[in-house]
Amino acid sequence: MPSRPDLRALFLAFSSVGLSGFGGVLPFARRMLVDERRWMSGEEFNAQLGLCQFLPGPNVVNLAVVVGKRYQGALGAIVAPVGLLAGPFAIVLLLALLYDAYGSLPLAQGMLRGIAAVGCGLLFAMAWRMGAAIKDKPWFLPFTALVVVAIAGLRWPMPAVMIAGLLLSGGVAYWLLGRK
Amino acid sequence: MIALELFIEFALLSFVAFGGATALLPEMHRVVVEHHHWLDDTTFTHLYAIAQAAPGPNVLVVTLIGWEIGGLLGALAATLAMCLPMSVLIYLLIDRWESFAGKRWQKAISIGVAPLAVGLIFSGATLIAQAAQFGWAAWLLVAATVVANLRTKLHPLWFIGVGAALGLLGLV
Repeated sequence: MPSRPDLRALFLAFSSVGLSGFGGVLPFARRMLVDERRWMSGEEFNAQLGLCQFLPGPNVVNLAVVVGKRYQGALGAIVAPVGLLAGPFAIVLLLALLYDAYGSLPLAQGMLRGIAAVGCGLLFAMAWRMGAAIKDKPWFLPFTALVVVAIAGLRWPMPAVMIAGLLLSGGVAYWLLGRK
Repeated sequence: MIALELFIEFALLSFVAFGGATALLPEMHRVVVEHHHWLDDTTFTHLYAIAQAAPGPNVLVVTLIGWEIGGLLGALAATLAMCLPMSVLIYLLIDRWESFAGKRWQKAISIGVAPLAVGLIFSGATLIAQAAQFGWAAWLLVAATVVANLRTKLHPLWFIGVGAALGLLGLV
């Protein structure tokens, strides 16, 4: 039987998730919840994650809210995401202090430039991987291209682009779903 | 008050953050650098780099931007703004998720949003490259990273380490 974590356990468990990953901690959240602490089964995890991924915003924060609510109600829904973010928050602020003090040094500038180049490459790779996972590419990749033109090229405001894009792309998806 | 302005701007963005904070990079740049001139291109790129090198959820790049613009209050305001609206919504909706999961319109939105998120992340990458004014050496590193990341299962931290080292040596 899965145990029922109290507030302290929620806070500590999500703290460890928050601090364990670089470039996204969602896989660590799954490992902690399903494999290590067995607070939920893999199926339950997928079901809960569904809404977290459906809604915009940081998925893993959304997930912490869901898990927190499930075990400790409103308080849990506050404590779990706070636990998730508190450690990394403190670390980035520490790095920010270092940056404010030493960021203008040529060595620091060079290092950050190198990391930015790698980070840029990781973004391209992520886009490639996500693009490759899309089904019905001839229907949907044009919308990817339109977003790139509107956002990167024309620098249009993103909320308007997303609403228009979602109506068109979601409309096509709705139509395709009806055909099958 | 700048923290309040930050809160409102970022809370608004959180409603279209399909694909998480990473997908918001181009828009954050538009709002923070181009529109309000709160930060310049170089600082924006540096903050992105720092967030890459730090542990934790991707959303923390927002914390850094908030800090540089409005100090501790700015960092709190930006982070809270990015997380709070959807957290409240998800708190209210999760018990009803079962009843609309799998409906045709729900699936259509999930499918429809994916190509848009790809476009946003691609745009974010081009934007970082533009803002950092990469030379040929940096583009080479970008290309090498893309290939190595797609072909191997190396942990991202290795890439960050190599990038930092090459940068320290002044090669990028």
